[in-house]
Amino acid sequence: MLWALVAVPLVAGTALASAGRRADRVAPAVACGVAALVLVSAVGVAVGRPATSAPLLSGLRFGLAVDGLSAVMVVTVAGVLLAVVVHAAGEIRAEQARFFGLLLVFAGAMLVTVTATTVPALLMAWEVMGAASYALIGFRWRDEHRVTAGTVAFLTTRAADLGLYLAAGAVVAGGSGAAELAGLADLSGGWRDVAAAGLVVAALGKSAQLPFSFWLSRAMAGPGPVSALLHSATMVAAGAYLLLRVEPLVTATGWAGPVVAWTGAATALALGAVAVVQRDLKQLLAASTCAQIGFAVLAAGVGGGAAGTGQLVAHAATKSLLFLCAGAWLTAWGTKDLHGLRGVARRHKVVGVAFTAGALALAGVPPLSIWFTKDAVLGVAAHHSSALYVVGLAAAVMSGLYAGRALWSVWGPSPAHPAFDTEERGTRTVTVLQQAPLPVLAVAAAGLGLVLGSGDASGRDALLSGVIAVGAVALARPAGDALTRTSGPLADWLGLEAVARRFVGRPALAVADRVAWFDDRFVAGGVRLAARAGDAAARVADVRVDRWVDGVVRRVADVARALGRAARRPQTGQLHHYYAQAVVGLAVLVVLAIVVGRG
Amino acid sequence: MKVLTAVVFLPLVAAVVLLVAPRTGDRFAHVVWMATSAVELLLVVVLWIGYRPGPSGFDHEVHHRWIPTVDAGYHVGVDGFSLPLVALTTVLFLSCAIYSARETRRVRSYAALFLFLETVCLGVFVALDLVLFFVFFDLSIVGMYFVIAGWGHRDAARAALKFFLYTFLGSLVLLLGFIGLYLASTPHTFDVVALTGQEPLAGKGAVGALVLAALALGLAIKTPVVPFHTWLPPAHTEAPAAGSAILAGILLKMGTYGFVRIVMPTLPGTWRDYAPVFVVLGVVSVVYGALVALAQRDFKRMIAYTSVNHMGYVVLGVGAAGVIASTDEQARDLAVTGAVTQMVSHGLITAALFLLAGVLHERGSTYRMADYRGLAARAPRFAVLTATASFASLGLPGFSGFIAEFQVFTGALGGVPVATGVALLGILITAALFLRAVQGLLLGPFAAPGGRFPDLTTPELAATAPLVVLSAVIGVFPRFLLDVVEPAARALNTVLGG
Repeated sequence: MLWALVAVPLVAGTALASAGRRADRVAPAVACGVAALVLVSAVGVAVGRPATSAPLLSGLRFGLAVDGLSAVMVVTVAGVLLAVVVHAAGEIRAEQARFFGLLLVFAGAMLVTVTATTVPALLMAWEVMGAASYALIGFRWRDEHRVTAGTVAFLTTRAADLGLYLAAGAVVAGGSGAAELAGLADLSGGWRDVAAAGLVVAALGKSAQLPFSFWLSRAMAGPGPVSALLHSATMVAAGAYLLLRVEPLVTATGWAGPVVAWTGAATALALGAVAVVQRDLKQLLAASTCAQIGFAVLAAGVGGGAAGTGQLVAHAATKSLLFLCAGAWLTAWGTKDLHGLRGVARRHKVVGVAFTAGALALAGVPPLSIWFTKDAVLGVAAHHSSALYVVGLAAAVMSGLYAGRALWSVWGPSPAHPAFDTEERGTRTVTVLQQAPLPVLAVAAAGLGLVLGSGDASGRDALLSGVIAVGAVALARPAGDALTRTSGPLADWLGLEAVARRFVGRPALAVADRVAWFDDRFVAGGVRLAARAGDAAARVADVRVDRWVDGVVRRVADVARALGRAARRPQTGQLHHYYAQAVVGLAVLVVLAIVVGRG
Repeated sequence: MKVLTAVVFLPLVAAVVLLVAPRTGDRFAHVVWMATSAVELLLVVVLWIGYRPGPSGFDHEVHHRWIPTVDAGYHVGVDGFSLPLVALTTVLFLSCAIYSARETRRVRSYAALFLFLETVCLGVFVALDLVLFFVFFDLSIVGMYFVIAGWGHRDAARAALKFFLYTFLGSLVLLLGFIGLYLASTPHTFDVVALTGQEPLAGKGAVGALVLAALALGLAIKTPVVPFHTWLPPAHTEAPAAGSAILAGILLKMGTYGFVRIVMPTLPGTWRDYAPVFVVLGVVSVVYGALVALAQRDFKRMIAYTSVNHMGYVVLGVGAAGVIASTDEQARDLAVTGAVTQMVSHGLITAALFLLAGVLHERGSTYRMADYRGLAARAPRFAVLTATASFASLGLPGFSGFIAEFQVFTGALGGVPVATGVALLGILITAALFLRAVQGLLLGPFAAPGGRFPDLTTPELAATAPLVVLSAVIGVFPRFLLDVVEPAARALNTVLGG
């Protein structure tokens, strides 16, 4: 059952993606069928809790299992996948086979990630997910900027993934021969710290936490359904999931917990602020993803496993809903600019209402899902450190502001001359399939909190955060336009990508150029020099030695001249001369070896 | 058992037949070439299925007297190190045979030369005698010289000569090392298995170090290890596609294979003493090769430099095995198994990439990446294969490269943490350079010299796609390969002691 759960999307996806244009017609239907099957098996494994493994490398197995955390994640991934695939079936009009194939591989890799019990299994799925995201972000490969966006995303996350490779080595070196995720806290010596450091870096990279957040901004170049999946149940969720999974290790080290918690809190606040000033709806939502996942990361750092999981699930439902709405508007009206989108909520009521439910949930308005889960996170944080709690509350203000801005924009009065089609030619319609998953997701985004609960957060704190959310959303209406920035560090995602390019990308290329120059000039040049020296030596033998000996014994000089000529001959490129010469040289060396050997 | 001898010499027989047969047409020569290569592959599949190593660790062992005065014999056999490389050899030669369907220049000689090379390559991997090994090792250089010089591009003669002189010099140094081993052994022998049992230079200090230096230098040039790699880029840039595929796919492996077959088992103590040197050389090759590759503007040169990078992991793996204490069996097994897996993996992926580079050159007469853009628009099959092979080469899980490099990393980190940490950068740099190549060549709006770029022909597809698929099979189901390699790695590590 567990093998089927992960194999079905991976195999079907690979088959679709490599089938080419022939499969375009059937791809949406096949993908919907596969996604439905995945959801059924996900529920099955969530109930049955199976575990399995297969031999992979020497002593290292490929292990999969479903425990409480995995069960929640598996069902979330499968649910969001189905919603996204149905929506995409009504949106994607070209190269469907490749699109749906990659989407299934992407989700399949996430399913392996959240069920993996060993480091190699986790790492394999983790990296495949990254590659699939590259291909999906750059799906419209004729546009160079989209491909570049995919490249930036892949290279950034892979740079962080090196931590996972490091951790894998540390796990084996630290004495955990089986490399099971469950046993990481028991590693010996400094290897435990190395493993923790590696895992934390990899997780922060994947979850687009500071300082890696910029790749998520670029990831917006992908089609709407890709954003919906990438920002909710897969990819960014994987990092936070991993931190929740290895929470015993994080706690055991002593230092990793605070690092993780503060990174999460700082991301929630800083990227929340970034989201507030964006004028592009997808960029706003992307920055808010960093911020909301930041809460889950914060929870992982302070030992709030249940709270963090709840936050992940609630956010997955909410954010997939919001991105599907944004994608629907983008295809219909050809824009994702908040000004251009003024009043669109009134034009398509289903999309508008669903988006409203999602935005209010995102803001943390009671009694919607994220209000519960964020309070659970803040509750755990408050137990740990009041400073963390205060930063968390400040981040909550940001949530209200950015969600409110999006909301007031799309419900605002339609301008007389709407600025549509700034990105692409809109179709002016939202298909039935595009709308179909929205009500379901809206209900989930609104109601999941009742299931997930708010942990042990106090009633007073919950009331406070509720008031903050409502207040911030209300404030966003008058403040909306004043907050928008088109330039400056906040609008530019804190300039993180420029920093990465300036201090990592460009120096690396410069070093490469220098090394290549060195290689050509000195290493290869050295060899050429040696060849030329041989040539010169031959000339010396030919001319000087010749003259010197000439005065003494003419006969010897003849021999020398012959030798000189012979030695110079290989430069004419005649192979057999070289061979003969080499054999002579070899004979000398053999004699030498015999002497040395005897000695 | 005579089957191994038949496998080794069948291509040579076919080559001779081709050359002496009167007035055979090009088409006939090509068919003979393909048929022989296919039979070879089939035979090796049978060998693999029936592979049951005896107590010596070898299967299909044959031992005949040859030059009794120096105790050099015709001693061949396959174990977990050689069988995968023998299989790789037959796979790549079949691919090259299929790929060369459109070769028009002196096809009969070309086919005969490749068949001769196939025998020579197989001979290197099955030889269990130093003299036999050396003969095949040297002949491979001669064969490849003619391939490059006779069928290469414009500057081929120069590049071929450089290749020949450099690697031939290396082989002479190697021979010197072999003679050193011979002289140190009692009774004197060139037999690898006998030498392995003897450890002839145990406790002989400087002499052992000298012999190790000779062997290592000879093999390092062939591998190639930085700074002995400069013959590689010109040879590749000028060689025909099939020649490059064999050169990178098989000939480079002879160097690293020599380490696990000859150097480590016959000089275990010396290897352990000097293992840190190899770790450093390996890491330098990994990072240096990747960086120089990143700076290349020529597709084929770039792939050539990634070979330096990939072979660096092999050297890192075998070096680390010498540093890691014998108490940490798992780490050592991982390092050595990873190194051998990397040989197979690199052979498959790089051969595919070189053949695809050949397609590029065939269509546009240049390897300059800036001259091509958006090829996916006109040649989707070419684009998909090149992109997939690139991802395989950058070590994406699901392909063989990951299985190899992951084992090297996990195995080596405990013993040589700093070196392994630095080597990790290699997979990031290769990711960057391959993504850039994929984006530059394949994606965006279309452009190509002459404005045309026909998609892969059926032979081109049949030659390249199976290599990528095979890499994926190893990447997803590695056990069939690792079950063969791991026992040999364990045996080597037992000999290595420490």
